[in-house]
Amino acid sequence: MSDAAAKAGVNSAPASLGKGNETPVRSIFLEFLFIGATSFGGGVVAYLRDGLVAKRGWVNDQEFVEYLAISQTLPGLNATNMAVLVGDRLRGIRGALAALFAICLPGAILMMIVGVAYQAHGGKPMVTAALKGVAAAAIGLILATTIKLGKKSLAHAYDLVFVGLTVFGVDQLHQSVPSVLIVVGILAILWYRPRKPKETAQ
Amino acid sequence: MTQLVSLLRVFSYLSILTVGGGLAAFPEMKNLVVNVHQWLNFTQLIHLYSMGQVSPGPNMMMIVAIGERVAGIPGVIVVLVAFFGPTALLAFFMGRLWTRLANWPWRSSIERGLTPVSIGLLLAGCLSFARGAVTDRGTVAIAVAVLLVLLISKINPAWLVLAGAIVGGLAFGPKVL
Repeated sequence: MSDAAAKAGVNSAPASLGKGNETPVRSIFLEFLFIGATSFGGGVVAYLRDGLVAKRGWVNDQEFVEYLAISQTLPGLNATNMAVLVGDRLRGIRGALAALFAICLPGAILMMIVGVAYQAHGGKPMVTAALKGVAAAAIGLILATTIKLGKKSLAHAYDLVFVGLTVFGVDQLHQSVPSVLIVVGILAILWYRPRKPKETAQ
Repeated sequence: MTQLVSLLRVFSYLSILTVGGGLAAFPEMKNLVVNVHQWLNFTQLIHLYSMGQVSPGPNMMMIVAIGERVAGIPGVIVVLVAFFGPTALLAFFMGRLWTRLANWPWRSSIERGLTPVSIGLLLAGCLSFARGAVTDRGTVAIAVAVLLVLLISKINPAWLVLAGAIVGGLAFGPKVL
């Protein structure tokens, strides 16, 4: 990366990362633009890992998992939260803005074109039929994604109680997402409250 | 102008509900954009949302299509700023704080406690979505087939959604032959 090194040489800002040189904002923008343009089929996290850990080596595996845990706990999409966190880690606020803007841009343009095309042709019987198939496939996709995430991240059987309470509150009692989030969330956090003598938290 | 204000309010509210993923906000999104503001009907929301799931980048970019539909290019910009602004700011500041709180014992309590809640919110989103998308035997068959293939293989879901479009066109479309 001779051009990165040259860029960093021109930039005499203090290296806050202890890495010797800073990542140029332009590289951050281009990498996130690439991820934003190629991550067809959902599952952006896998594309982020390929680009940021394997290809660029900007963060290591452990940091990546750490940022992902923060992204999943905070509101916001994993993809955009990861962009903000990694962008900030690399180049502060400018890096965060570049990463966020770049990862959104390709999909935004594509969905705008899709939206315009849908308004023009969405009512045609053949299009409606195809989209009925697309929607059915999409529910299979989002359910599979949720099940995989659950298998990976739920540690104990009694986690299922909190999952169940949340689903029941939103889907059956028709409570708003914020109120369910606050009530069940606080219950679950208290359930997992720090306990000093018994177990050492992982 | 009033539409732009409504877009701003609705999408910044939805933004903070996306705990665990965009799907967590789906039940509220359906209520607000379909029932309250009637910007589009449930079927149209399902169609746009489905296409947004396989488009590259963050999987909620379909909000752009709603912004465009309601108020053109200004609508697109307002929707993007409203939906991504609040959570980006939160991630920026909380990210810095969270890293500093690495040894705070409640930090892992919060992460572990919110995990099952976020999974529950995603499942509730799946259920709300399924009510509009899975309506007869044909759609059940497609949904189950896609689910099973994705659970046992590592195929890119975009191919399965494309297959869904072809099967849907053949099975539910006007008979052309």
